[in-house]
Amino acid sequence: MSLPIDVGGLTKHFGRTRALDGLDLTVRTGEVHGLLGPNGAGKSTTIRILLGLLRADDGAATMFGRDPWSDAVDLHRRLAYVPGDVNLWPSLTGGEVIDVLGRLRGGLDPRRRADLLQRFDLDPTKKGRTYSKGNRQKVALVAALASDAKLLILDEPTSGLDPLMEAVFTECIREAKSEGRTVLLSSHIMAEVEKLCDRVSIIRAGRTVQSGSLSELRHLTRTSIEATTSRPADDLDRVPGVHGLTVDGATVRFDVDGDHLDAALRALTTYGVQALTSAPPSLEELFMRHYGTGDDTSTEPQPAEAAR
Amino acid sequence: MSTLTGTMHLARLNVRRDRVRLAVWLAALTGLLAATTAGIKSLYPTAADLAGYAETAGSSPAATALNGPGHAVDTAGGATVFEVGGYLSVAVALMSVLIIGRCTRAEEESGRLELLRANVLGRHAALAAAVIVMVAMNIAVGTAVAAIMTAFDVSAAGAATFGAALAGIGIVFGAVAAVTSQITEHVRGSNAIAGTVVAAAYVIRAAGDVGETGLSWLSPFGWVQATRPFADERWWPLLIALGAAALLVAMAVALQNRRDVGAGLVPQRPGPASASPTLLHQVGFSLRLQRASLIGWTVGVFLGGLAFGSVAREMEDIVAESDDLQEWVSAYGANPTEAFLALTLLLLSLAAAGCAIASALRITSEESAGRAEPILATPLSRPAWLLSHLVAPLAAAIVVPVAGGLGTGIAYGILTSDAEQIPRLAGAAMAHVPAVWLLTAATVLLIGLLPRLAVTAWAILAGCVVAAMLGSLIRLPDWVLELSPFEHTPRLPGGSMDVAASLTLTGLAAAVIVVGVVSFRRRDVR
Repeated sequence: MSLPIDVGGLTKHFGRTRALDGLDLTVRTGEVHGLLGPNGAGKSTTIRILLGLLRADDGAATMFGRDPWSDAVDLHRRLAYVPGDVNLWPSLTGGEVIDVLGRLRGGLDPRRRADLLQRFDLDPTKKGRTYSKGNRQKVALVAALASDAKLLILDEPTSGLDPLMEAVFTECIREAKSEGRTVLLSSHIMAEVEKLCDRVSIIRAGRTVQSGSLSELRHLTRTSIEATTSRPADDLDRVPGVHGLTVDGATVRFDVDGDHLDAALRALTTYGVQALTSAPPSLEELFMRHYGTGDDTSTEPQPAEAAR
Repeated sequence: MSTLTGTMHLARLNVRRDRVRLAVWLAALTGLLAATTAGIKSLYPTAADLAGYAETAGSSPAATALNGPGHAVDTAGGATVFEVGGYLSVAVALMSVLIIGRCTRAEEESGRLELLRANVLGRHAALAAAVIVMVAMNIAVGTAVAAIMTAFDVSAAGAATFGAALAGIGIVFGAVAAVTSQITEHVRGSNAIAGTVVAAAYVIRAAGDVGETGLSWLSPFGWVQATRPFADERWWPLLIALGAAALLVAMAVALQNRRDVGAGLVPQRPGPASASPTLLHQVGFSLRLQRASLIGWTVGVFLGGLAFGSVAREMEDIVAESDDLQEWVSAYGANPTEAFLALTLLLLSLAAAGCAIASALRITSEESAGRAEPILATPLSRPAWLLSHLVAPLAAAIVVPVAGGLGTGIAYGILTSDAEQIPRLAGAAMAHVPAVWLLTAATVLLIGLLPRLAVTAWAILAGCVVAAMLGSLIRLPDWVLELSPFEHTPRLPGGSMDVAASLTLTGLAAAVIVVGVVSFRRRDVR
């Protein structure tokens, strides 16, 4: 069966601004895929191309093996979408909007609708203009989750939700995954992606800079090591993959790339290790490294890393 | 801290943001005035020509209904005011309403005011800044009008009075909008109420002027035309206008003190928890969104028809009393009442075109507000979405003029005890439907091809209004006049039906809509 989303070398200009610059994205059936990037990286543009709202300038994009621009209507039968900035009709109630969107997607399950309204603690009798940002988002989420769409496309869906509602959202996405649905989740919140996603694509300035499963990406991150040694470990930086070495008498601090961890530890033990702490690799760090500067991944540690 | 802190900063921001808009208003209003003055000067170059004008066209009751009673119409200045004064008054009134709406409620509705209010800005600063911009703009228009007329070598005192009168009318209705913008949460609603007040004041004045009762004194339009530019000018009626404006602004301030930022005066009530079957249908959905404004336009045009219909009967009496007028009217080969009724139906159809354009432009506002996006992400195709939103304007093109024709027919039928008038005038009102469709189609074409410039559909309508009302006076070349679709629809009653022209316009409208829909299908959604 063809991939729910398969994008290669996608390019899109708005006037002189280059919003997408050769973006790649592959989403497999049944996975929760995180589209991670800072504001303005091109997440929403990518999604709007996938929805057939924008036409790509160059590159290939298919959904379920079909063209999102020319086969938009058929493709939309299989997906539900929650925009990043949900705007509602001021004179319609939330319940009315949920029904209208549901009807357009071919109907929704009334039991599931009632259940979601309860779980998200949403009052469906309020008019669109009186909802807060979070509540407008809940309206769109209930409409999307109550449908039987095979693919959920969610653009920063939790940006207005409180922690309690975020937990409900997390639960709902896990349920969707267990029902075999595919989810594309764009976000700039690392923790959310780490909690929910099977695979992640990190994009920056319209390009995919890293893509893979969480464990693959973790492998690419650096572990921070602090040790007390009997002899000063001052030439440890001869080991490849060791960055930011500081030696202060018996104390040594450094970061090491995931695939050189073993070699670095072997080298460290030759100085006589008396105490050792290591900070686990976090995606946050990888993320900061990609976002922080315009350079590639081999730059010096960023302030967030150095602070540890 | 003063409630007015930051007012001048905000006023400058408003002018900076709307500089193009304001300049276009100024250029359009003064351009229309200059063209009319030049037209009068060249059509009636001598005092004898003007005297002849004063006895015929210059005392036409139809023109009195549209523009107010003539004062010193045997002078070039007085004739110009008689020909264009009423239209310019309505235009400055609408300009002021729109400026106030844009600078107050629109800012509040979008949430931008909240961002500004969190800074060092007084509670009434936004309202005060809007009123300052509105008053300044009216003074600019008044000054430019006085300067242009003086340049055409008419009485400077008359020109100054007319300029001041226009500024006065603008300021009064701007103050009305300052109050209405406190009442509703949405700028659309606020503009609709203020626009209704403008229309009602205009109709009251028209009825009062034709009937020569004191009714006109109930209307701000009546106050300012009582300044009698170019006749024996008097300035005291302007004091009524300014006093009323001051009272209205004070009322707006008092209302603003009673409400929260972003809120209207009427609290929100809960609505249904689930959608009704009609809302689930795409056309029903679009009609529901536009329900209030469609009903408003229909009722407004119906009432306008009632007012003009009730005036039509008196027109006959006025013409019957004057030999000169009878002669002048018969030279046109038409029954004066029929000609007036035809003019009324044309005006009401132009209003219906306004309704249709406003309704079609909902498509762009749905798109730019981001509300089209979730709908277009469903299996609804783009053409189906666009067409579902076109049902309302295309239907309004029929319903609104017919409502106007019914109003005219009911009033005129009661006065003449002739029930036949009702179906006759309601039917005649459909004469311009193809022209309204074509304007709707032009709006769709703009939406498809040049969405950023879709509002220029209003400029097209303004061009049609100028062509219809002043085209021959300001000596527009025939080919320019014929660009307006309303030049190709029959003037009913009285005129003869041209089926071929009507079918051609309808076919053209259909073709233009198809091009608009196809262009919309091919472009990026904003």
